[in-house]
Amino acid sequence: MGASTVSAKTLATWTGELLAQLPAPSGPLAAVQGRGREALAALPLPSRHQEAWRFTDLALLAGLDLPPSGAQSSGITPDGPAPEGTSPQGACEDKPPTLRLQLDGRRDPLSGVVLPPGLTRLSDSELVLALGHTLAATGCEQHWPVELNHACASQLLALRVSSRAQVSLELVSDGATGLRPLRVLLILEEKAELQLCQRLTAAGSGLTSLVLEAHLGRGAKLQHGLVALGQPDGALLAHLAMEQDPESDVSLVAVSAGWGVSRLEPRVVQVDGSATTTLRGLQVVAGDQIADTHSHIAFGGPEGQLDQLHKAVADGRGRSVFNGAVRVPRAAQRTNAAQLSRSLLLSDRARIDTKPELEIVADDVRCAHGATVSCLQQDELFYLQSRGIAAEQASALLKRAFCEEVLRELPAPARLWCPFERLLAADGFESGPAPAVESGPEAPEGEAG
Amino acid sequence: MIRPDANVLLEIRGLHARVEDKAILKGVNLTLRAGEIHAVMGRNGSGKSTLSKVLAGHPAYTVTAGTVTYRGANLLELSPEERARVGVFLGFQYPVEIPGVSNLEFLRVATNARRVQLGQEELDTFAFEDLVRERLTVVQMDPAFLDRSVNEGFSGGEKKRNEILQMALLEPLVAILDETDSGLDIDALRIVAAGVSQLATADTATLLITHYQRLLEAITPDFVHVMAAGRILRTGGRELALELEERGYDWVDQELAALELG
Repeated sequence: MGASTVSAKTLATWTGELLAQLPAPSGPLAAVQGRGREALAALPLPSRHQEAWRFTDLALLAGLDLPPSGAQSSGITPDGPAPEGTSPQGACEDKPPTLRLQLDGRRDPLSGVVLPPGLTRLSDSELVLALGHTLAATGCEQHWPVELNHACASQLLALRVSSRAQVSLELVSDGATGLRPLRVLLILEEKAELQLCQRLTAAGSGLTSLVLEAHLGRGAKLQHGLVALGQPDGALLAHLAMEQDPESDVSLVAVSAGWGVSRLEPRVVQVDGSATTTLRGLQVVAGDQIADTHSHIAFGGPEGQLDQLHKAVADGRGRSVFNGAVRVPRAAQRTNAAQLSRSLLLSDRARIDTKPELEIVADDVRCAHGATVSCLQQDELFYLQSRGIAAEQASALLKRAFCEEVLRELPAPARLWCPFERLLAADGFESGPAPAVESGPEAPEGEAG
Repeated sequence: MIRPDANVLLEIRGLHARVEDKAILKGVNLTLRAGEIHAVMGRNGSGKSTLSKVLAGHPAYTVTAGTVTYRGANLLELSPEERARVGVFLGFQYPVEIPGVSNLEFLRVATNARRVQLGQEELDTFAFEDLVRERLTVVQMDPAFLDRSVNEGFSGGEKKRNEILQMALLEPLVAILDETDSGLDIDALRIVAAGVSQLATADTATLLITHYQRLLEAITPDFVHVMAAGRILRTGGRELALELEERGYDWVDQELAALELG
């Protein structure tokens, strides 16, 4: 592995160079930054010698041009200009008003924003108590990507959501290059409900680091849709940590495509069980991309529910990794958990590693898990072709069908950010649905594999 | 309806085909003229289904000898989708379930592919809905099936109705129906058969592949062919189907043995 040896040398000095370039700690996270930098300096960079990073090579980081964070949101704006502040959308009475905030890691996302009823900014004293609480509860506060975020992030979005809030929150981080550390902390009070749509796009070489913590009080409900569409020379490291009190309900739908390297770590703890967690993931790789999801769900009490589906599409020389840990200790009797990993392998050179990791101590539980890896089915392709649908279009329809199972569960605004065609564009699939071609001697060949 | 002067739509001559290393078709000859309904009968393994798949261009089958001419052109050099677009339709014995692909969208894309070939305008979703609702009556199908994924969770009868609905939309000139009667109860068989009869016109030819006489009571064939060991052993009128029903297929074995000895 000559390539990784070379990059390992470069990576050896990576942390030091990064830390040297960072501006002095400042802002609401100054103390966290200071501690994070110390921790980061002491931590080795994740390497493939570590079990949790066995399949995921961060060599790409070595080539990134990091701080200071570069471009504006000049890049991609999937649905036009982004209005700041509240925009009560009166046209549809059913829909809650939308609050769209720009998260760029440099500016205070709440600057100049009037928060709608039910949302309040956390005070400094609240921050001291709450920040990092969920990271610790989900056991990831010392993970390297988290410490990286601690070291770099100078701004954060920290909100308290009360049961009065009726808002659809949109967090938009568009088109950046360079280093982009994003930090979010949400506290959902008892019975509070929040729809959170989050969009991350990249314009070029860079590293996006996201750490999101959400603490849900009893009976609270969070619906989070994350759409992360990257660039081949971009890296994404994201920790999404959720701490659930009983009767709360988390639904997380994460879609990522197009990143040179992406690592998503959804971490959920049901503090006393009796909560509901629904996880949906879709990651798409092509070219030389690596997409890795390491999810970790822990039940701290009885009668918790988990429904998890993770899907992956791998083309080119892309590599997809899924590791799904579920922890059911003795206290978590009558847990009902189901985890399914389904992967679509589109190329001989693509690679899929998928691993359920269930640790079950309680004896009265239902924990189902399964994993499938398959190619496009020849009988399905032939059936579509036999109805006049070109081979290429038939493949696109089948890929789309595979992805739709996750895409359709995104909250509506996030769904609009992520039309299937964009996923195709992001990962370099051959083509989107093409119009039917008139048959002729030069018509595309109908080989079905 | 037999008219000796009618146009030949499909002409199969000396067709040999294999799947992997196994020769299955060993010299099939068959001519379909406009207006004709042909039935191909025979035991399991006689090559009936292979014949239908070879005609539709299934990639698992390789033609090793012979020709298939469709309206004067070489059918075998067309891709499966091109065959469908020029008007050759295969009704599947086991229609494939495709989770996640909307039946309505599938039907529309397929219909438009055929329309483009015919030089007709493509239909938008609204125009297509009108058309599909009209064609649903051919098979008395519940419109609710349009909103589901292609064949997903359909009963055997519903799948076959969906096949005939596709045929009604694509308006093929040659329809090959592979055991369309299998897995159907009496009522569903009647509806499907009525649909097929309705779609068989003076300009089209139909090739029914079946085990049983049952389907042929509902759709009267002009010719009945008995297939065995990869070729057509005997051709007759509808009385041949009755004879098979009465005598079974044992005589076919004897005739085949005699043929191979001679």
